[in-house]
Amino acid sequence: MADEVILLDFWPSMFGMRTRIALEEKNVKFDYREQDLWNKSPILLEMNPVHNKIPVLIHNGKPVCESLIQVEYIDEVWPGINPLLPSDPYQRAQAKFWGDYIDKKVYASARLTWGAKGEEQEAGKKEFIEILKTLESELGDKIYFGGETFGYVDIALIGFYSWFGAYEKFGNFSIEAECPKLIAWGKRCVERESVAKSLPDSEKIIKFVPELKKHFGIE
Amino acid sequence: MAERSDTEEVKLLGMWASPFSRRIEVALTLKGVPYEFSEQDITNKSSLLLQLNPVYKMIPVLVHNGKPISESLVILEYIDDTWRNNPILPQDPCERATARFLAKLIDQQICVAAMKVVGKVGEERDAAVEATRDLLMFLEKELVGKDFFGGRSLGFVDIVATLVAFWLMRTEDLLGVKVVPVELFPEIHRWVKNLLGNDVIKKCIPPKDEHLAYIRARMDKLNLKSA
Repeated sequence: MADEVILLDFWPSMFGMRTRIALEEKNVKFDYREQDLWNKSPILLEMNPVHNKIPVLIHNGKPVCESLIQVEYIDEVWPGINPLLPSDPYQRAQAKFWGDYIDKKVYASARLTWGAKGEEQEAGKKEFIEILKTLESELGDKIYFGGETFGYVDIALIGFYSWFGAYEKFGNFSIEAECPKLIAWGKRCVERESVAKSLPDSEKIIKFVPELKKHFGIE
Repeated sequence: MAERSDTEEVKLLGMWASPFSRRIEVALTLKGVPYEFSEQDITNKSSLLLQLNPVYKMIPVLVHNGKPISESLVILEYIDDTWRNNPILPQDPCERATARFLAKLIDQQICVAAMKVVGKVGEERDAAVEATRDLLMFLEKELVGKDFFGGRSLGFVDIVATLVAFWLMRTEDLLGVKVVPVELFPEIHRWVKNLLGNDVIKKCIPPKDEHLAYIRARMDKLNLKSA
């Protein structure tokens, strides 16, 4: 029986990008369905009744919600190719810790770089850079967060990389000046086919931000 | 062949009244893993804690053979991966994803919503109670036809949801409002009774009177209204 895999997603979502990458890493054919978040479809509301948020992975009719949970699910269901999490329990725990850190910390401060003004924006930028520096320190001199192989933590963070251009433009600062190793890591990741296929062009995100600000009523 | 426990060193940096610390104790006890508990003063953090959890500087921290693991949900999965008896997470990937989803719902949404009830009055409190109840309904529905979230026996979500059973529901007496009334949440109440019949749970939750006294003292200190 062929697997039916549907992804309800929104093209600029750094969370949706994670699931796209994971599916591509595993060579899983999936039906990508673009969602209108300002006018949510019945299928989105039905498949994610708790949060009504994308991404939603629907595998043979059953929904899986939350992007990092989806990445882990994908790794468990299609284990034969490109393992995304380490097999050693301690290494797995470290990967999950950092994935969780990225989830807890990056989005909120990143959003302030384009979504806030004045002091609030400056505080947001400062916090955002501090968080990136913590991650850069964790990366160290490794090729990827997991070491030699691309995996879970890289997947958790790389979607934000496509937004870096937008953060820099609207926040008026340089991420590369502060975190050169992280930028180098980002460049390595986008050379990977699964990532190149899943990340939108930085320019497209930059054009999208004013539209997003309008939706949120931010000037 | 040497017993695994002869060479294992398991230490838990925790705090007796913390739901995040207690859930680790439940997991370790369920698996029969001997451990050394190190009570931490979270108002005056030890250098050991700061060294072992430099990112968040919080308990619980599990130290296994000298290697630290932080974040209670990460620790629970580590325990399940390392000691394979009495599995906490289900085998099926879809069920595992649901368990992880519910755990996140409890820690990041229900816990946060419930905290907003504390110290509020009138309309503000009503709104906070309403928001908490809306989220708790997802747990209520999940329990229909089951003794525990894990089915016939305790599982991952039960362990995480002890936060609801023994912290949220216990503080109702102090909040002066029944956030989880039995009329609205009969399944959750039934589930709490099942938990209280379980030896591991009975052993691992903080003793009720001391627990309530501690919370009351903290609320008084923070100058919050208590019933």
